[in-house]
Amino acid sequence: MLTVISFYLLAFVAVAAAFMVVAARNPVHSVMYLILTFFSAAGLFILMGAEFLALLLVMVYVGAVAVLFLFVVMMLDVDFVEMKQGFLSYLPIGALVAIVLLLEMLMVGAAYVAGETKTVVVRETGVSNLEAFGQVLYTDYAGIFEAAGFVLLVAMIGAIVLTLRDRDGVRKQDATAQMARTKETGMEMVDIEPGQGIG
Amino acid sequence: MTMSLIQFWSDLSPLAWFGLKFAQVAAFVLILSVLLAFLILMDRKVWAAVQMRRGPNVVGPFGLLQSFADLLKFVFKEIIIPSGSDKGLFILAPIITLVMAFLAWAVVPIAPGWVMSDVNVGVLYVLAISSLGVYGIIIGGWASNSKYPFMGALRSAAQMISYEVSIGFIILTVIFLSGSMNLTAIVDTQAGGFFNWNMFRINPVGEYGPLGLLLFPIMFYMGVMFFISALAETNRPPFDLPEAESELVAGFMVEYSSTPYLLFMFGEYLNMTLMCAMFTILFLGGWHAPIDIGVQFIPPVFWFILKCLFMFFMFAMVKAIVPRYRYDQLMRLGWKVFLPTSLAAVVIVSTFVVFLGGSA
Repeated sequence: MLTVISFYLLAFVAVAAAFMVVAARNPVHSVMYLILTFFSAAGLFILMGAEFLALLLVMVYVGAVAVLFLFVVMMLDVDFVEMKQGFLSYLPIGALVAIVLLLEMLMVGAAYVAGETKTVVVRETGVSNLEAFGQVLYTDYAGIFEAAGFVLLVAMIGAIVLTLRDRDGVRKQDATAQMARTKETGMEMVDIEPGQGIG
Repeated sequence: MTMSLIQFWSDLSPLAWFGLKFAQVAAFVLILSVLLAFLILMDRKVWAAVQMRRGPNVVGPFGLLQSFADLLKFVFKEIIIPSGSDKGLFILAPIITLVMAFLAWAVVPIAPGWVMSDVNVGVLYVLAISSLGVYGIIIGGWASNSKYPFMGALRSAAQMISYEVSIGFIILTVIFLSGSMNLTAIVDTQAGGFFNWNMFRINPVGEYGPLGLLLFPIMFYMGVMFFISALAETNRPPFDLPEAESELVAGFMVEYSSTPYLLFMFGEYLNMTLMCAMFTILFLGGWHAPIDIGVQFIPPVFWFILKCLFMFFMFAMVKAIVPRYRYDQLMRLGWKVFLPTSLAAVVIVSTFVVFLGGSA
């Protein structure tokens, strides 16, 4: 009973918040609603008994990804009037994407109802969430898992390469050089003649 | 006794069980709040003692009631909300900070069986909730619609995310050694005496035999790093850049007054105590006594509180004696020193567990 109430509550909040992500006028508010959506999804995971996945969702998406979203959105100087003007011209593309997504979801749903989907078989029952994950992730799907890791690594290096420029004339700090300074290298004793100053 | 009571109520009806849990949580929150009032006083007293001042000593005997006087003063002042601010988020930010700070305590085991919710993924839960604490700061800084708070919020967000990564890796080494993510189980693997604590693994007849001594330097260093990362994570000096008063006045809290400010400060101290408790659980053996012989008459909760108080004392001492870091130095320490070191430690410890450990 409590589970059913919780499910409908969380599901309603998730959908309503997802709608508000699009509908909110202020981009920062949009990100806030997005966080609420993630959070409700995590709650749904917990109801399904996938506590590990739920906490991972909170940690990765809410704790890191959404913070970066918020970071970017806050730093941008968004002009609301300009954003509203472009709305109509982007409408056909947006509608196309939405229709394709809807069709895909319907097909998945139809396949599931027809019973043609393949489910992952958990080897042992009675193990914790985490162990069940490990048993599948590092055996059957080890190759795909590592490939995903490599894709992320490449993306990370790519981002660094794109933004790293070696510019001339920039004063940079070298922590090792700073630490290696001694009294002898860091200090110079000068005898100043009266009225001369240091040349 | 308590277990049978819970059983009784849950048999009665789910609503009664809900009520009982609610009462438990309310009592816990109340006790924690009152304890925190005295911890804040302790922080100020230690700080004062290092600087050869007296500290608060007027309200009550030895100034013991100072925090309560401060509370009254905060609550009775007017709440000022800047006209240019985003009002809803402005009020929401301190509430998020406080709620997140309290939420994490749900899985912290204080003594055998004394835990609100003994979940299997307790460590992960604490990590997840503490990673949400940053929202209070960012939202507060942005909703103020002012320069200093915004700068403070940006600094704080970058800082907390950076140090969360290394904290995660450090906790991973502890999880490997315990073979569990349950906080109670982590504490129980450190039973027997201080030589079994993760911070001082100098037991030559332990799980890994004499070779286990090799883990001592690594885990001791992990403990030190966890402490420093905890300082950075809770925005405490020497890493209190988000509220560096010489540069940013009070950082993200500039525009806050009265009760909302109180909530921010309260949440911050609560996070500190949580970090003390986490350090105690992960590295100092939780409620287990340092020596297992002849001290059984002392209740376990005494040891837990004693260790937490010691860690809090360390936090206070660091605030009093260490000068503030510069921002680039802070980032360098997080990404270029802590991250590679903790990553290396994860590799070494996991290798150790796989090739020498029988049980894990």
